[in-house]
Amino acid sequence: MQICGISQPPALYFPQLQTNVAGLLWPFCPHPDCDFPLPQHHGGALVDIYEKLPVPFGLVRFGVAPDHPEVKNVTNTFTQTVRSERCAYYGNVTVGRDVTVPELQQAYHAVVLSYGAEDNRVLGIPGENLPGVYTARAFVGWYNGLPENRDLKPDLSCETALILGHGNVALDIARILLSPLQLLRKTDITDSSLAALACSKVKRVWLVGRRGPLQVAFTIKELREMINLPGARPVLDPADFTGLESAVKDAPRPRKRLTELMIKTALEKPVEVQAAAAGAAAPREWGLKFQRSPQEVLPSADGRRARGVRLALTCLEGSGDSAKAIPTGAVEELECGLVLSSIGYRSLPLDPAVPFDSQRGVIPNSSGRVQGVPGLYCSGWVKRGPTGVIITTMNDSFDTAQSVLEDLQGGVLDISPCREGFRLVESILRSRGVRPVSFSDWEKIDAAEVARGKAAGKPREKIVDPEEMLQIIGH
Amino acid sequence: HAHFCSEDKITVHFINRDGDKLTAKGKPGDSLLDVVVDNNLDIDGFGACEGTLACSTCHLIFEDHIFEKLDAITDEEMDMLDLAYGLTETSRLGCQICLKKSMNDMTVRVPETVADARQSVDMSKNS
Repeated sequence: MQICGISQPPALYFPQLQTNVAGLLWPFCPHPDCDFPLPQHHGGALVDIYEKLPVPFGLVRFGVAPDHPEVKNVTNTFTQTVRSERCAYYGNVTVGRDVTVPELQQAYHAVVLSYGAEDNRVLGIPGENLPGVYTARAFVGWYNGLPENRDLKPDLSCETALILGHGNVALDIARILLSPLQLLRKTDITDSSLAALACSKVKRVWLVGRRGPLQVAFTIKELREMINLPGARPVLDPADFTGLESAVKDAPRPRKRLTELMIKTALEKPVEVQAAAAGAAAPREWGLKFQRSPQEVLPSADGRRARGVRLALTCLEGSGDSAKAIPTGAVEELECGLVLSSIGYRSLPLDPAVPFDSQRGVIPNSSGRVQGVPGLYCSGWVKRGPTGVIITTMNDSFDTAQSVLEDLQGGVLDISPCREGFRLVESILRSRGVRPVSFSDWEKIDAAEVARGKAAGKPREKIVDPEEMLQIIGH
Repeated sequence: HAHFCSEDKITVHFINRDGDKLTAKGKPGDSLLDVVVDNNLDIDGFGACEGTLACSTCHLIFEDHIFEKLDAITDEEMDMLDLAYGLTETSRLGCQICLKKSMNDMTVRVPETVADARQSVDMSKNS
């Protein structure tokens, strides 16, 4: 079987377009030494990666919490992949604006969209636009140095914060709000966020979810970390866990262990928190509230900021993952000055040429093959929806890569016409005044960030101004 | 200075996702992640977090008699193992398992991923 590898190797295109909430699966493109069962394609494919920001890595840089540096080790794998001579990175290119998807399809035999979920789900309740209310996405972007969130200036002058959501992002935010400063100081959290947190008055954080303990979406490692956070005590109501011990007796191990940890924490006598040892002025606390659905963010007397949230009490219909929260009619009010909405991310449509299911917030596809558009594929959150950890998205990328390779092998993907790849895209970009950032450009920015961080004992000091990034590389 | 002769090395066979057997050697005390990395074994996506218990990509399946003799699993390892795909009764994270002489010639299996599960379904359709 002949491959088009002879005259013009097929150029595969994996755009890693979004930043923050996209990016996880980035170059889990067919590894140059891929072991897919198509040996004749070894060494055949060229892969170009396009990214909206100058800098790569997406969510690994902008979503993973600053105090989780081990999770970021995966960037070393990414770097190794991109350094292959068959792989190239082009940052500072916004697909859909600087170059369209149809133009990319002219330039490449296959195009893979893995641009993630840059937007967030909306609460859809009165008062959600009041000062003091922020989306988790913006808050996380703020402390992680995402350029578009650098001027967020969240108001941390109140005592109580309310996070709507029971996922890992909600736990991340609670942890960053309550972590002792001396721990945060040594991470890659931005300098300005650190300064803001140093003046924060927040000492109590509630994580509020519509459903019950058996429906929490966060995972046990992150919960354990929160429970063990120095200077903060967990506040869990034992009444929320009545009868759950037996309910999870035969549950799959992950759900069982997670629930047992919550039960154990709820039943433990509160330990005197060594406030002085933790460096906090007074002991901080955090808690989980269940079966509460936000109805309205309540304004202060002058109407100028949030002062609390009215919550509808719910009961559960059904069980397990498919349980539904039904309002009972009863309500309660929770006083707070900071409200963070962490109810999930959402993908956006990219280009009129790409079908998009706005109901489900994904590109309609079958195993990563975009419905109705031969040669177009998708992977990651824009394919499956915005949930999962690195391994979930990594496996998903392999799934899409498999589809591409199957189509190559089966002749579904026609690689006989020569495609010019970046040569064609480059001229399009030049005509539009767009200058892409190369991977070695990124390495200059990387070196600058690491050098700046060194002085402060941090792994890096992130540059948050894209203009500054471009200056460093002489663009 | 130390001199490693072949008697000190422990042989491990890895059954890769495509059924291929990869054989490599390591020293006592090396983790299975060390063995994969040091021998440049071609296992897709293995060891993403580089042995820091922040992922589950070094998930391996052990033979019963080897599994029973492994050091007890910690909460930290189990927390991450619980997120692995294709978990079995004899699964562990490779970065936490260190080579002992008694493991010489053992066989470990690389678990399948979502893509592999799909492959095997496709293949059965053709038979």
